[in-house]
Amino acid sequence: MYNTKYVLLGLIVFLGLFTSPFWANLGSASYERPKLALPADQKECIESAEYMRAEHMQLLNVWRDEALREGKRSYVASNGKVWTISLQNTCMKCHTNKAEFCDKCHNSNSVNPYCWDCHVEPKGNQ
Amino acid sequence: MKRSRRQFLKVASLSVLGLSTQLATGGIVNAAETGEQYQATENGLHAGRWAMVIDTRAFETPEDFAACINACHKAHNVPHIPNKQEVKWLWTDKYEHVFPEQENNHMSEALEKRDFLLLCNHCENPPCVRVCPTKATYKRADGIVAMDYHRCIGCRFCMAGCPYGARSFNFGNPRDYIDMAEINPEFPTRMRGVVEKCNFCVERLAKGLMPACVEAAEGKIFFGDLTDPESEVRKVLAENFTIRRKPAVGTQPGVYYII
Ligand code: SF4
Ligand code: SF4
Repeated sequence: MYNTKYVLLGLIVFLGLFTSPFWANLGSASYERPKLALPADQKECIESAEYMRAEHMQLLNVWRDEALREGKRSYVASNGKVWTISLQNTCMKCHTNKAEFCDKCHNSNSVNPYCWDCHVEPKGNQ
Repeated sequence: MKRSRRQFLKVASLSVLGLSTQLATGGIVNAAETGEQYQATENGLHAGRWAMVIDTRAFETPEDFAACINACHKAHNVPHIPNKQEVKWLWTDKYEHVFPEQENNHMSEALEKRDFLLLCNHCENPPCVRVCPTKATYKRADGIVAMDYHRCIGCRFCMAGCPYGARSFNFGNPRDYIDMAEINPEFPTRMRGVVEKCNFCVERLAKGLMPACVEAAEGKIFFGDLTDPESEVRKVLAENFTIRRKPAVGTQPGVYYII
């Protein structure tokens, strides 16, 4: 190999820079899941909490298309329970506290969904 | 040396291909699995072709119109914007503007003075659907021309395409003109930069309810399935002389007017 010295030096500098975010964050506290306000009077969501946490955005995406385009506005959950497809009239009837539920998690994950530009958040929810 | 690099690239590209096809088909299978989970609501109303017949003779006072317009605009959180940027789902106009090709000399004064309720015609051949580049506007199997506001990019092609002026554009945030305390919490609003129009109350039909304007009209508007010969709209159409707007453009409106 030609110029081994320089190439190796360059590689080391590159690797150092490339991995710098890891070094910079080495000492700081690890990510903690935010404490969310869960509906007081409900035990279960339409699907398991793990599934909802990971997949709610995909689920809502399919919900929208099925409801609006196919006219199918009922969702049969994996436990057989039937739910009306509606962010405002199903999801947010239980999750009435947008600030302490939706926003908290979205904020700590730096995502900025624009659902509520149109969808109306529950009343009395500041 | 040369040869081994070649081999490395071959193996590497094959594995990337394999990985990505697995990821891609995995996604497709996931989406397909969800098929059975979605059903129409149990008490929803269904039709082969939804249609409306408006008995224009029965609308006499301004209150008759206001009852329908307010019911619609309240149910759908339509903003009241008092200038040229107005948004309307249901409104009125005079005969010469409603039926411009069907005017006649020396029309009766009653007809000339009469107001006519206007809304999206949910056309059989909707030009708005044909021109929408994102399929935000689409025609459902039951004839309702619906919109998915999530997909609207605000290009306003549909407004240029609609021969009836049935569509309104949100030049600003409509919530500035809606009293959020008085809002219908069951229905969304729209946002700045999207087009909106009458949806034939598709969300009420899914719940087994008649459209808001039909309910508020107390018998002056008929609504039903055009493909069912026994339906009320078919009976009303058989018994009365009706016209539709701009027949020459070939859109085949789903809204009929008893004159
Ligand atoms: S009246 Fe206009 S907006 Fe309604 S379906 Fe016909 S072309 Fe489209
Ligand atoms: S304004 Fe929206 S609905 Fe109309 S054509 Fe453009 S994308 Fe489609």
